[in-house]
Amino acid sequence: MKISGARMVIESLKKEGVKTVFGYPGGAIMNVYDELYKQSDIQHVLNRHEQASVHAAEGFAKNSGEVGVAIVTSGPGFTNAVTGLANAYMDSTPMVVISGQVPMSLIGTDAFQEIDAVGISRACTKHNYLVTDAKQLPEIFKEAFHIARTGRPGPVHIDIPKDVTAQIEDFEYPDYVDIPTYRPENRGDIEAIKTAVEAIKASEQPLLYLGGGVVKSNSSGLVRKIAEQTGIPAVETLMARGVMGADNPLLISMLGMHGSYAANIAMSETDLVISLGARFDDRVTGKLSEFAKDAKVIHIDIDPSSIDKLVDVDYPIIGDLNFVLSDMLPLLTDIDSEKFADWRETINNNDKLHPLSYEKKEDILKPQQVIEKIGEMLGDNANITTDVGQHQMWTAQFYPFTRGRQFNTSGGLGTMGYGFPGAIGVKVADPNRVSINVTGDGSILMNIQELMTAVEYKIPVINVILNNNYLGMVRQWQTLFYEDRLSETDLSVQPDFIKVAESFGGIGYRVATIEEFEEAIRDAVEKNIVAIIEVAVDRRENVMPMVPAGGSLYNMMLK
Amino acid sequence: MDIERRHIISVTVQNESSALSRISGLFAGRGYNIESLTVAPIPNEELSRLTIETYGNQKTVDQIEKQLNKLIPVLKVVEREDFVEKEMAIIKVPIEESLSDFDALCRAYNGKIVNVGEGSIIAMVADDPKRVAFFIKAVQRFNPIEIVRGGVVALER
Repeated sequence: MKISGARMVIESLKKEGVKTVFGYPGGAIMNVYDELYKQSDIQHVLNRHEQASVHAAEGFAKNSGEVGVAIVTSGPGFTNAVTGLANAYMDSTPMVVISGQVPMSLIGTDAFQEIDAVGISRACTKHNYLVTDAKQLPEIFKEAFHIARTGRPGPVHIDIPKDVTAQIEDFEYPDYVDIPTYRPENRGDIEAIKTAVEAIKASEQPLLYLGGGVVKSNSSGLVRKIAEQTGIPAVETLMARGVMGADNPLLISMLGMHGSYAANIAMSETDLVISLGARFDDRVTGKLSEFAKDAKVIHIDIDPSSIDKLVDVDYPIIGDLNFVLSDMLPLLTDIDSEKFADWRETINNNDKLHPLSYEKKEDILKPQQVIEKIGEMLGDNANITTDVGQHQMWTAQFYPFTRGRQFNTSGGLGTMGYGFPGAIGVKVADPNRVSINVTGDGSILMNIQELMTAVEYKIPVINVILNNNYLGMVRQWQTLFYEDRLSETDLSVQPDFIKVAESFGGIGYRVATIEEFEEAIRDAVEKNIVAIIEVAVDRRENVMPMVPAGGSLYNMMLK
Repeated sequence: MDIERRHIISVTVQNESSALSRISGLFAGRGYNIESLTVAPIPNEELSRLTIETYGNQKTVDQIEKQLNKLIPVLKVVEREDFVEKEMAIIKVPIEESLSDFDALCRAYNGKIVNVGEGSIIAMVADDPKRVAFFIKAVQRFNPIEIVRGGVVALER
């Protein structure tokens, strides 16, 4: 079959099972858009900014576990997409992002809308390609999807010059791909697994430290089994919220900078850290030299470069958690979970001593109350996306997550503006659940144009703005560490968010009490169109506990 | 363990135009330094071999190795202390009376005069990197006009 390069792009996507792509057309990618127009197997969602396209594709990927796809044009189309690529790279999200490029003959001439796209994306993708001949397209697409979804997942970028998309060539999509230089280790070494099991048996106060890798490898079930079989308590990172399930008695809470007192103390007192798909991020460890100081460390990870990167590991195991934990589970049967009863008791007492909490006020809503209310009303029936800042931490602390893919947030890069387009992607992936974007009055304005996308495609995301008229997290740091000099963080000058929502064709609610909020959520869910619920919350509320940057995990501010 | 010292890393990569920039970009982006770098295709294979000379403590170099391995076109990364290492240098000096002294010096470092021009001569040496460094010191008295070092190439024993 002889077809154009542009058609090959579409056919390749179909072969990979792609049903939805997010994107924005432009000059250099027009041939591909022309082919999109001629077919109906793949639905295209036109976001109103390329950054939003890539975030939406990522929200889709994080929720579904499938590869998210975005298509953008050259030059500014691509540079707008870079934040999305970097975000997906930091959060190890499987993605393929396709960009147009100026024709081969114009590359390097500073042509209109020309930028060295692969030069830029090299630092923020798992791999990238500049296609110089349409004959390469089938193999490159096969490789790109393979690389994106295997090993430690990540975004792959394919840059295609316009003349390559016009070139007519034979198309035959490979069934199979083998890259001799890329063969991720999935099976963990069985001897290493046995040694690690011995270490678990010898420990008195072990702790499961769960990271985003558990979610990505779909091994929440195995992790829960291991915890329940052994009675070993667990802490979750931001990226692992939901893995254990909120009502699981073995779950302590989130750990780290805004982790719970009991979680951080447990990590400081454990004698064996069992790290599953976590990467010892600085927001988790605090001061490295004091982190889990007296503990041995088991580290199971698909990415060898995560091992020994920050914390010295005693028992490294490289492999896919599914394989490693399946091998490990039968070896752990003779552990008596009673052995760790005292350890669990200590942790529970710590949690009772300083639970995650806040003080309600008569006259103004507390942001944590709002999160709890959403959880109470929607629980497992909602997927929760956030932007970045205080609201993100409160959501992580107070929402009763029940499954790993329920929570969708920009963890590594911390991208304000991720939430709304991310929640659009989530709703496309899981249309039967309510898609809530918990956001702040700062973050929401960074991709507010997505109201248009949500209206056009009838994607009823509910944006809950916890409005404190501040760039809250930076304000909190200024208060605590800069003697309350609030440099450029007062966001009192704001649009009328209700009118904004309405002017795009959505619906807006302004609420100040918990009853009003409850009513707004109920109404928005029922109306089933994109909504903004603006909630006035206590301006000066801080996210607590807090480990100051660079401080030891056990030295928390509690109030 | 934490002592900064010289390391030689040998990297086998697929022949593709972007491989070198992926590798040098990795060093640049993470603040690792490259002391010298050589790269050339391996005969009769679709692979190239890079030899990188770098300074750092063992932990850093271990991380460099892992990051290199993570690059898709990288097939193999070897870092060890007992490589057979060689380096080449070419040097241009003005023609003076002590030409035979200069020739003797080059020979002592496994080299020879390779070009004689009107006012200057060019010589080459090829030896262990340390000895090449000695040679460059020793040759200063001939007032070299230009010196080009080739970078280290290395092979496992």
